[in-house]
Amino acid sequence: MTDTTDSGSHNRFEDELYEEMEPTLIAETSEGAQEMLAREDTRPAELAKEYGSTLRLPEGIELDPSDVNIETAEDQTMIINMGPQHPSTHGVLRIMMELEGETVLRTKPVVGYLHTGMEKTAEGLTFLQGPTNVTRMDYLAPLHNELVFSLATEALLGLEIPERATWIRMLMVELNRMSSHIMWMATNGMDLGSTSMMIYGFRERELILSFFEKVTGLRMNHNYIRPGGVAADLPDGWEDDISVICDTIPPRLAEYNQLLTGQPIFRRRVDGVGVMTTDQALALSATGPILRATGLPWDLRKDKPYLYYDQVEFDVVVGSVGDTFDRYAVRLNEIFESTRIVGQILEKMPKGDYKVQSRKVTPPPRKRIDESMEALIHHFKIYTEGYKVPEGEVYVSVESPRGELGCYMVSDGSARPYRMHIRGPSFVNLQSLPPLLHGGFIADAIAIISSVDPVMGEVDR
Amino acid sequence: MTGSTNDVISVDRSSYLQVVSDLKDAGYNMCSDLCGVDYLEHMGRPLPEGVAPERFEIVVNLTSTINRIWLRIRVQIPESDPELDSLFNLYPGSEAMEREVYDLIGIRFVGHPDMTRILLPQDWEGHPLRKDYSIGRIPVQFKEVRRTR
Repeated sequence: MTDTTDSGSHNRFEDELYEEMEPTLIAETSEGAQEMLAREDTRPAELAKEYGSTLRLPEGIELDPSDVNIETAEDQTMIINMGPQHPSTHGVLRIMMELEGETVLRTKPVVGYLHTGMEKTAEGLTFLQGPTNVTRMDYLAPLHNELVFSLATEALLGLEIPERATWIRMLMVELNRMSSHIMWMATNGMDLGSTSMMIYGFRERELILSFFEKVTGLRMNHNYIRPGGVAADLPDGWEDDISVICDTIPPRLAEYNQLLTGQPIFRRRVDGVGVMTTDQALALSATGPILRATGLPWDLRKDKPYLYYDQVEFDVVVGSVGDTFDRYAVRLNEIFESTRIVGQILEKMPKGDYKVQSRKVTPPPRKRIDESMEALIHHFKIYTEGYKVPEGEVYVSVESPRGELGCYMVSDGSARPYRMHIRGPSFVNLQSLPPLLHGGFIADAIAIISSVDPVMGEVDR
Repeated sequence: MTGSTNDVISVDRSSYLQVVSDLKDAGYNMCSDLCGVDYLEHMGRPLPEGVAPERFEIVVNLTSTINRIWLRIRVQIPESDPELDSLFNLYPGSEAMEREVYDLIGIRFVGHPDMTRILLPQDWEGHPLRKDYSIGRIPVQFKEVRRTR
């Protein structure tokens, strides 16, 4: 501050302005207790949690919260905020980290910035409209969301799906797993400074998305898999497109391997960073590539087969150490396994119906509406009132690219779900961030957050 | 094949923690899912004999990766005292899910280390997934933005 009269008066004006602004700004941006608090304001139980100490419980050792060191000198640690608008947080994830120098001590993910109440919305939509809603949750794997919703509805209806419809569903979700993992490879490359990987990843994803566009009409939010089957049959010449995908992807994977796996700079960013054991992952309910990277071959496609996964051959990819590199390697190889599955589906695809021929859930074909009044009424009834689903409750889970994607559905016998809860793998997997980040450098945080692969649309729902 | 899980047990609220603890010892090593349901408009739902329906229900899905078995636990929670023991000490992974139930249904978990809202802002009023939470009648609670210029 200078002591000339002019600038002094100017500063006075600014000071007044700030005095007026500051309390307002704090009141508007503070979220109170959801934030990570300073060490002395945090309850010991929560401190213990942030240290990852509760994770010792599976091995039978309990930690006394009073043992946790609260006395770390105040000026040695600081709490910094990463996000919600940080390019490497993949959306609006806010992570509060307590740092001691460059070392991360405690971490707290603060979520909810994208919450739109989709579970509440689902209670107001009929079972026919439901997939339109759930497909917007995990926007990188929309078909898995539609699948789990449809499977839950069909379980309540007791509906058997035609063979072809089931194979089409499998084809689409496996392609979706490929596109999701490729997208992850791209963004992970970008986070770690490999922009060429980002460009390559988007190029390959485009190949799959244009196939989706051909089949479903949209690149994402397809609303293609519906209770009773799928929305439309595969277009003519789909076999050629699949052959192109199956022929293109494996050589490209070899290129990624060359670009990243063998690359010393990349390896030094990911090797031994963010290690997690199987017990920790199970205790934290982490599923998907995080769990498999620790060495446990847990894949719902094998362990609790749905669709026709028991009729195709594929391997479950596991890691050994559970570090960031293992999570990368698991995803890279899962893309290859998916191309194997897609290749087998291409050979096994039977002829037949793409949706169930049940008057209850299937609207009449368009042509019949022009000819028959009854068909018109039937069509109108299904689209306005929906179909009634028997009373009951069911939990269905499938393996999405990010882990166990579950749907708990309660029906009270009406045409709308009484309660629809989605168990989002990203939401649950986010809990593994504090132990993964604890003790590491802040520069590694980027690599670790990326390797957990959270999709915020699904976290916040 | 639908991938659905159909083994369901109903557990009394007082013995809930003990039952889950025994199940954990029996090999259920992962808590896959925990969610709540408000049955205000559907009190006549089918329940096993001897279980009195209450307004709220907590549904826990446990997984045994060892034996490849799944189990669903339903716990009745009365409206007058919406509280349940937290599973945090058995399954640390239930932490975020319990916070979500507290946030959206309004059931408190005793023994949870950080019982705060997770998806909605801290100062939100009400619990939206309750059936008596009217949607659309009150304007959206966005914080008022005071313009400084």
